[in-house]
Amino acid sequence: MDSNNYKTTPLYETHLELGGKMIEYAGFNMPVEFTGVISEHLSVRETCGVFDVSHMGEFLISGDDAVANLNRIMTNEMSTLKPGKVRYTLMCNDSGGIIDDLLVYCITEGRYLLIVNAANRDKDFLWISDNLKGDCIIDDLSDGLALLAVQGPESDRLMDRLLTNGKLPEKYYSFNENVEISGIKLTASYTGYTGERGFELLCRTHEVTELYNSLLNADDISVLPCGLAARDTLRLEAAFPLYGHELNENITPIEAGLGFAVKTDKDFFIGKESIINNPVRYSRIGLKVTGRGIAREGNTVELNGENIGTITSGTYLPYLKGAYAMASVSKDIVNIHDVVTIDIRGRKVEAEVVKLPFYKSNK
Amino acid sequence: MNLPDNLRFSKSHEWIIIDENNTAKVGISDFAQHSMGDIVFINLPSVGDSFDAGDEIGDVESVKAVSEIYSPVSGTVSAINEELLTSPELINEDPYGSWFIEIEGATIDDSITLMTSSEYEEFCQKES
Repeated sequence: MDSNNYKTTPLYETHLELGGKMIEYAGFNMPVEFTGVISEHLSVRETCGVFDVSHMGEFLISGDDAVANLNRIMTNEMSTLKPGKVRYTLMCNDSGGIIDDLLVYCITEGRYLLIVNAANRDKDFLWISDNLKGDCIIDDLSDGLALLAVQGPESDRLMDRLLTNGKLPEKYYSFNENVEISGIKLTASYTGYTGERGFELLCRTHEVTELYNSLLNADDISVLPCGLAARDTLRLEAAFPLYGHELNENITPIEAGLGFAVKTDKDFFIGKESIINNPVRYSRIGLKVTGRGIAREGNTVELNGENIGTITSGTYLPYLKGAYAMASVSKDIVNIHDVVTIDIRGRKVEAEVVKLPFYKSNK
Repeated sequence: MNLPDNLRFSKSHEWIIIDENNTAKVGISDFAQHSMGDIVFINLPSVGDSFDAGDEIGDVESVKAVSEIYSPVSGTVSAINEELLTSPELINEDPYGSWFIEIEGATIDDSITLMTSSEYEEFCQKES
């Protein structure tokens, strides 16, 4: 497992020392779990967990025409994004299919940081480069930057404890540069992908090991290193879509239930024409498996014997203690509380249509 | 690796113990439960079902994935461990105490290799 051709993050050796079980993900050797997916998942819901997400891509978009370019390439409104704020957006192709979902950080007017999915990094870079006009350039900063996610109700207390200079962001989807944690300079954003409060910390690659160790070894705050398995169960519990599962180039943001990030009142964005004019084919729904079994991606969803769609993500959710799934089904074909059947490897298992998200933090 | 000497192991990572009345108990190995991670669901056959060696007798699901379980011997299911249906995490905690099914008239078949614990240990080292 050591001698493969996959890329590593700067924390690879540290993950091995911590007993991380390594797998390939998006071309990287990444830890899938340390102590176990259930304990890691619960640590984020109840105390705090730290994820290495350094495999994700970071691009800097800069120039006088940066905002105009972003507004044309992204579905969400970028002209109102103020310095220090973060916005979630989709990036679509001409037919309205999703190329990626990403976060845009406004550093100053004319300088924007994009955080993209690891698996889409090269594709995104090419797409954005090809579509830039005027005074605007894109730089891929990914190899020089590391990203940690510190998530959970105790994450504030942990970060406060370790703060040596600067100020932590206080509002959801905002960030501060020049924050110093345990003496390490970084950019801290109040963001995350777990459905729990928390921060994402962007620092230089050669300093991330020290940062990671100091986060994991804080006195009297229980912090677990978490792997990709818990990241996936947490995001599913919070009903966040994941590229390659809920999102792909053949589905529009509307069909993926992400209409909130599509501003059709903008004069133009790539894919707008198709999104406005083509009929919506699918709805993203939540399912709670009420029969015996666990729905998995690719299982067929049936209503009165008719195939109505497919499971896009499904597993056992550790905090809710049950089998849940998201599915892409024919538009508006079911309502909340309807009962459908899932074909789990030939067994027909009942599930109830439930509201998304499955879990919402009140902490 | 935890490997009791009195058990035999299949290449698909089931353990089996057969008593003098040809009654067998079958479960999955410590190696198997460890590589699957947290087990959250198990699907078992019914008492009275008959199997040939190598037949699928159920499946085990961890948070990550599903794994089929195969019968290391031929025979008829005489009991299932119902406790595992409601507490599948016991398989992680005590894989050799967590028998899945009991098989009557257990008959070894040449098509399924049953390894001693030391042979199995070597087999697992090659797999990991």
